[in-house]
Amino acid sequence: MMDLILFSLVSGIKISIVIGLLLLTIAYLIWVERKVMAHMQVRLGPMRVGWHGLLQPIADGLKLIFKEDIIPSQANKIIFVVAPVIAVVPALMSFAVIPFGDKISIAGYSIDMVIADVNIGILYILAVTSVGVYGIILAGWSSSNKYSLLGGLRSSAQMISYELSLGLSLIGVLMMTQSLSLVDIVNAQSKWWFVIFQPIGFMVYAISAIAEVNRCPFDLPEAETELVAGYHTEYSSMKFSLFFMAEYANIITVSAIAVSFFFGGWRGPFLPPVVWFLIKMFLCIFFFVWIRSTFPRFRYDQLMNFGWKFLLPVAIANILITGLVMVLIG
Amino acid sequence: MLESLLFVVMGTIMIVCAGGVVFQKNPIYSAIFLIQTMVSLAVLYVLLHAQFIAVVQVMVYAGAVMVLFVFVIMLLNIDKIEEEMGKDRLVYQKVTAIFFGLLLFAVIGIVTLKSVLQGTKGEYTPEKISEIGNTQLVGKLLFTDYIFPFEIASILLFAATIGALILAKKGLKE
Repeated sequence: MMDLILFSLVSGIKISIVIGLLLLTIAYLIWVERKVMAHMQVRLGPMRVGWHGLLQPIADGLKLIFKEDIIPSQANKIIFVVAPVIAVVPALMSFAVIPFGDKISIAGYSIDMVIADVNIGILYILAVTSVGVYGIILAGWSSSNKYSLLGGLRSSAQMISYELSLGLSLIGVLMMTQSLSLVDIVNAQSKWWFVIFQPIGFMVYAISAIAEVNRCPFDLPEAETELVAGYHTEYSSMKFSLFFMAEYANIITVSAIAVSFFFGGWRGPFLPPVVWFLIKMFLCIFFFVWIRSTFPRFRYDQLMNFGWKFLLPVAIANILITGLVMVLIG
Repeated sequence: MLESLLFVVMGTIMIVCAGGVVFQKNPIYSAIFLIQTMVSLAVLYVLLHAQFIAVVQVMVYAGAVMVLFVFVIMLLNIDKIEEEMGKDRLVYQKVTAIFFGLLLFAVIGIVTLKSVLQGTKGEYTPEKISEIGNTQLVGKLLFTDYIFPFEIASILLFAATIGALILAKKGLKE
């Protein structure tokens, strides 16, 4: 009984710290994105609120809270309200299995720096994120607006298509570690990062991860020139910001998976593990912003052809090659 | 204790959601209730120490199959079809449904009562599963003892893929 209470207490503390930091990071990611993009386009970005616009996310958050919350009269009200929640909850849930440090011991009690080390880690993330699609489809449908519906359909079709190559790109690493647990995968990279053995897998993962989180150049669901704003056209106030939060939480999650699978997770010299994990994760997020300010948007048929006729075969070929090499080397 | 409590809670949610699937008039609501039923079923699998099956349940049924269901419901605009059909056509359907429903309940009741009372413990206990690893065990069994059904399933899926391709191409020509 004592063990159970202690376990729930430690887990509760870990969950609150991770979720709190995650929400703070999401707020500041918006600032980071605006600043980085501005400097890439030789602008300054937000400068007025606080030093170099550091308080801008707080001002934006307050503004969004106080905005009028509009529900269209033709909308399906229950689903319209629930959809943003369905989008944001899985995005936050998937962080539960990502390890962000080595074991530490406090007062003789060893604590894993991961909320839950389950033996199906990566499958859990893929399963939870696949539920997040519903938030977007239902948002598009319940708004009863043609742009919303088209945006929702586009987005979900895109996410389903690229989920396949995303999952397949990770299988090479899984074959090498013989485990689905992210803790084991990070431990297996104590000598070499898997990006060295799995360069093709990493490329496929990077491309499909960008498509999976609906970011530029794959941001067709919200292509302004065609669809106004896509599935969240009719959303305002906090409901709109929940979709925003879901998008940024997904960016953080795919970056954390990339770090754990291909860049050695929290492993690194001198600095504490958590710091290494955060540095690597923010470099991945920087890469996302960099790509957004560099590439133009795809056309929809190009996106689908690329996903199904190029990325998927390459991912399968990567699995075959990995298997062949593993059999030959033994 | 905790397990039986979770079982009761998830079981109740599942039954309520399964009822919702049948009783809701709006097909979208039915689909959402079905998704909830699938997710609750996944929790029951976790309680049975079958984590791999639980996750696959969410990924395949809740994440992929039901997305297609929702797609079809949205694109077909079923409200209109229902209006055109009218309601009087459903009389025979009701009688047949009640008959087969009762039959199904009887079969399930007989089988459950028999297997609960006379069930024997299998080879793979929770301790053994956690020792080998859930996914590893499923994979090993699938590629050794159950290789024949596995291959048959793959042929079936391959045939279905070819069928879908032919149907899609046919539509393009016309």
